[in-house]
Amino acid sequence: MIMEVLIASSAEEICELLGQDNSRQLLAGGTDFMVEVNYRHRSPSSVIAIDRVPELRNWHHDGDSVVIGSCVTYREIERGPLATLVPALAQAARTVGSPQIRNAGTIGGNIGTASPAGDMIPVLSALGAEVSLRSSEGKREISLDDLIVGVKQTSLGQGEFIESVRVPVLESPQEFLKVGSRSAMVISVTSLALITYPKTQSVGIGLGAVNPRPTRARQAEEFIKDFLNWESMQVDPSGLDHFKELVSEASRPIDDHRSIAAYRRHSIGVLAQRALTRIFSERSPSV
Amino acid sequence: MSKVTQDHLNVNGTKFTIDDSWLGESLLYTLREQLGLYGSKNACEQGECGSCSILLDKALVCACLVLTGSAIGRDIKTIESLAPEGSLSVIQQAFVDAGAIQCGFCTPGLLVTIEDFLDDNAEPTELEIREAISGNLCRCTGYGRIVEAVRIASKASTDTQGTADDGN
Repeated sequence: MIMEVLIASSAEEICELLGQDNSRQLLAGGTDFMVEVNYRHRSPSSVIAIDRVPELRNWHHDGDSVVIGSCVTYREIERGPLATLVPALAQAARTVGSPQIRNAGTIGGNIGTASPAGDMIPVLSALGAEVSLRSSEGKREISLDDLIVGVKQTSLGQGEFIESVRVPVLESPQEFLKVGSRSAMVISVTSLALITYPKTQSVGIGLGAVNPRPTRARQAEEFIKDFLNWESMQVDPSGLDHFKELVSEASRPIDDHRSIAAYRRHSIGVLAQRALTRIFSERSPSV
Repeated sequence: MSKVTQDHLNVNGTKFTIDDSWLGESLLYTLREQLGLYGSKNACEQGECGSCSILLDKALVCACLVLTGSAIGRDIKTIESLAPEGSLSVIQQAFVDAGAIQCGFCTPGLLVTIEDFLDDNAEPTELEIREAISGNLCRCTGYGRIVEAVRIASKASTDTQGTADDGN
C-alpha cells in the first residue's frame, strides 16, 4: 500500500529523497505505473512525484543538440519547436496512446520503463541518444543502448534517476513508422525509425518491439550506403530487397498476444524499405 | 520538498480536505468514492477508454492514471464543472441534438475531451475531430453522431463568436 507521497520540487531533492531510501518509487506521468497500482500489481510504500521539477520539465538547445528533460511529455514533443528540431521523435510521440496519454506520459518514463515496444526507443537509438543520469553521488552520461539492458531492465544504479536525454539536431529527413491494429491507443507490433546523416552520407535505423533491448540494424545501414545518392536523394532499387532482408535479420522478435514473430520479422523489413523510399525516391542510376 | 500528508484537492474551484489514507489511490477513485463526484466514469482503470477524462492544470488526462497525492495543489476540473446545475453547455446541447448518446457511459469523458479540444481548435476538420476523440471509447454509437455533435457545437460556438464580434 502506498503510505507516503512526496512531491519533489528540484532534482537536488530527488537525489536527497533517494539517498535516504532508494526503494522509493519515482512517479512521472503515471501512464504505466498507475495501471500497475490500479491492478494491485505494484504497491511501493513510498512514492516521489517528480513531474513538477522545473529542470526535468524543460528542454533546451545545447550546440548542435537538444537536451530534453525526462518529464517532458509526448504532447510537448509532438508539437511546437521540438517537432521541428527532432521530427522523428515527434512522429513517434504522436502515435503514443491518445491525447490523454500524451498529455501525461513522459520521455523519461518511456526510457525508464524500458519496454521493447516503447515508441521513443527506436528513434532515440537511431539518433544515438545520450541519457544523463543523476544521483546523490553525482552525474553520468550513458548511451540509450547501454542504459536499456533487457526487457523492462535498465542499468540504472541504486538511487539513480534519469535527468534528461540529449539528441542531435540534424536538419535532414527522418522517419518513424509503426505497425498496430489501429492508429490510436495501440502498443507497437513493430516500429522503426530511420534517421539520415548527410555529413557521413549514412542512415541510422532503430528497430522497435522486435528485440529485448534497443537495436540498430547496423549491417543494413552499412549495406545501403552504396545505393544512396545524396545529391539527388535517390536510392538504387536493386539494393532494396537485400536491405529489407538485413533489417529483418537484425530482429529477434517473439510470439505474443499482439502478434507473431514471423509477422514482426517480415513487417520490420517492410517498414525499413518504406521509410527509406519515403526519403530517397527509387531510381536506377542509369536513368 | 513537500511531504503530502493531510491536504486539499482543488476540484472545480472548491477545496476538499483529503485524509492521507486516500493519497495512494487513483484520483478517479478519490473523486468518486471520497468526494461523491460520480460523473467521471470508471471502466478500464488503465487509460484505454477515456471515460474518466478530466482536466489537470488544464491538461486533458485520465483520472485513473493520476495518483491522488500527486494531484494535491493542482487545478482539477471534472465533468461536473461543464455547466451550472440545471443547464447544458453548448457541447452538451449538441450531443442531445445530434443523438450522440446511447447508453451514456462514455458521454462525460467525451464531453470533457471535446470541450478541451474545441477550446484549442474552434473549427476542426473531421480528421482532427476523430484524432481528438481517439482516446474515448464508445461501444454504442459508432462515433458518427458524436462527430456530428462536435460539428454542431463548433458551428454554434463560432456563430456566437461571430455575433459577439459583430456587436463590437
